[in-house]
Amino acid sequence: MSLAEAEAVSPPPSAPPAAGRRHRRGSGMLWYVIRRVAAMPLLLLGVVTLTFLITRLIPASPLTSILGPRALSDPAAVAAAKEHWGLDGPLIEQYWRYLVNLLHGDLGVSFVTKNNVATDLNVRLPATLELMTAAIIVAAIGGIGIGVIVATRQNKPIDHVGRLFALVGSSTPVFWSGLVLLLFFSTRWHVFPGPGRLDSRSFPPPHYTGFFVIDSLLAGDFSLCWEAIRHLMLPAFVLGWGVMGTVSRIVRASMLDVLNQDYIRTARAKGVREQTVLLKHALRNALLPALTIIGFSVAYLITGAVLVEQIFSWPGIGSYAVTAAESLDFPAIMGVTIVGGAAFLIASLATDLAYALADPQIRLS
Amino acid sequence: MTALDLTLREEVARPERRRAGRAAWLTVPVILGLIVFGGWLVIALTITLWSPYDPLATTGLPLLPPSAEHLLGTDALGRDVLSRTLYGVRASLPLCFAVIAGGVLIGSLLGTIAGFFGGWVDGVLMRLTDVVLAFPAILLAMVMTAALGPGLVHAGIAMVIVWWPIYARLLRAQILSVKEQAHVEAAVAAGVGRPRLLRIHILPLAITPTLVNATMDLGQVVLLAAGLSFIGLGANPPTPEWGLMINDGTIHFYQWWVALGPGLAILSLVLAFNFIGDGVRDLLDVRTPGRSA
Repeated sequence: MSLAEAEAVSPPPSAPPAAGRRHRRGSGMLWYVIRRVAAMPLLLLGVVTLTFLITRLIPASPLTSILGPRALSDPAAVAAAKEHWGLDGPLIEQYWRYLVNLLHGDLGVSFVTKNNVATDLNVRLPATLELMTAAIIVAAIGGIGIGVIVATRQNKPIDHVGRLFALVGSSTPVFWSGLVLLLFFSTRWHVFPGPGRLDSRSFPPPHYTGFFVIDSLLAGDFSLCWEAIRHLMLPAFVLGWGVMGTVSRIVRASMLDVLNQDYIRTARAKGVREQTVLLKHALRNALLPALTIIGFSVAYLITGAVLVEQIFSWPGIGSYAVTAAESLDFPAIMGVTIVGGAAFLIASLATDLAYALADPQIRLS
Repeated sequence: MTALDLTLREEVARPERRRAGRAAWLTVPVILGLIVFGGWLVIALTITLWSPYDPLATTGLPLLPPSAEHLLGTDALGRDVLSRTLYGVRASLPLCFAVIAGGVLIGSLLGTIAGFFGGWVDGVLMRLTDVVLAFPAILLAMVMTAALGPGLVHAGIAMVIVWWPIYARLLRAQILSVKEQAHVEAAVAAGVGRPRLLRIHILPLAITPTLVNATMDLGQVVLLAAGLSFIGLGANPPTPEWGLMINDGTIHFYQWWVALGPGLAILSLVLAFNFIGDGVRDLLDVRTPGRSA
């Protein structure tokens, strides 16, 4: 995502403009957290309102997908369906009804699956979270690894190869790289299993967390756990590859920055082993920006997950969202947007906080 | 081995900053990026004159593997994949420029208003950007295109709505910081009027990061547009569009050539945009000596 580059040319949006009063660190931090947390429900309300308006003010009607062409010409059927699905009455009334239900934890019933949207999301959220977690692990390990290797061999062939590999990751559409990797590694060479979270003949582990890798471990089924991990590898790589580029870029830049400083020279002059210099002195300074970038890339990961889930038949929120959008399934669209918006807001808050805690130069406002 | 020795070695090892006769920002990747982008631009403008086949016509048996006749094979309807790939740039290139132009235009306008006037206008506009930015981009774009109905233009409108807040915030932040500079104060003291103050003394200095970001976002727009088409919310068949063609490729999974052309096309264009974006960033970097004025 270009967010990473945006950070490079401008201060992060949350950072205050240059002029400002200096806060005492402790109390300023607390106020900042309180204000950010308090703003979250308001932002979510904004997201709900905006989605509501977009979905209700459009020319197309979801009744087409609910009723089918013949019933659509029958006014009685249309009126009945409108009443049944809560599409009757003035807009403001529909909006109020939705908000009241939302506060009771009721996201409505999906037009398509005819299930409670909350139930649907509950079933699907762990699949997406497991995929995103795995992708973050891939991005962190790969990005930091490439960054370190590349930084120590500046301007040598491996530097260029490593940087190109990372850059290709963020320039390839995930839905194509996923397709290509599936074709070669799964169908041709049988290194990895095909799409889905498990082999088609396997039964999912008992539900504790919804993460198959963890649940199968808790159930003591190690072969099922390995199977779940193998199924995760390709999609997680495809999703994490895009973030790997930005991570390795940041790690390389900050390592090069540090490696030219006096205390590194001192450490080397003292006879500290090169490996220790790299990993203990230089990498430590590169880790914070790397973690920040990963935090900022949650938006990219959500976007990527929607597409990756399509390719790998992953039964997560992303594929649910696509079906919902295609069939104008209002309650499902609203539910997905709320979950996605909340996830995004929480992730950016956590990132900003971690950033501020770790870097005393950042002032909060 | 003394400290001096080490310093000397570093001096020797330090690479030449600037090669003679070439600007520092014009690196090999930037040149490559410009060539690839230029190539796609030429294809977009002239493809109607030399396309091997009509991109919409059945010109062979369905799903033929690559051959001398059809260099990238044919798709399920017997259409030439190479011709469709080349025609695809006529959808992606105008779309990404239009989206970025629209986003920059709306974002700059609102960002300028917010940054220059401040007060409650600023508050309202910034809360609005907060809300739009709280949407993960693809969800907002999906909701919008679903609402408007699939189609490239609708996908474009949806993406403008996704992108403008970033530019609005960037420009606002820049204007706020430029406003504090001494030369603006001097201009105000000299009695320069508001419109002129904004036009001459603030905007030219504040707009650079927005332009740099806009360049770097071009590739992202290409990716998101293709993604929306891929999930069926962008271009409508039979339009030759890359995302849509890759979607065909998932259906005809074993006929790898169906998705090969469009995949490489997206990759090359996005990579080129990313390379160029890096170059533009170096070129317009306000911190570079000589451009501080």
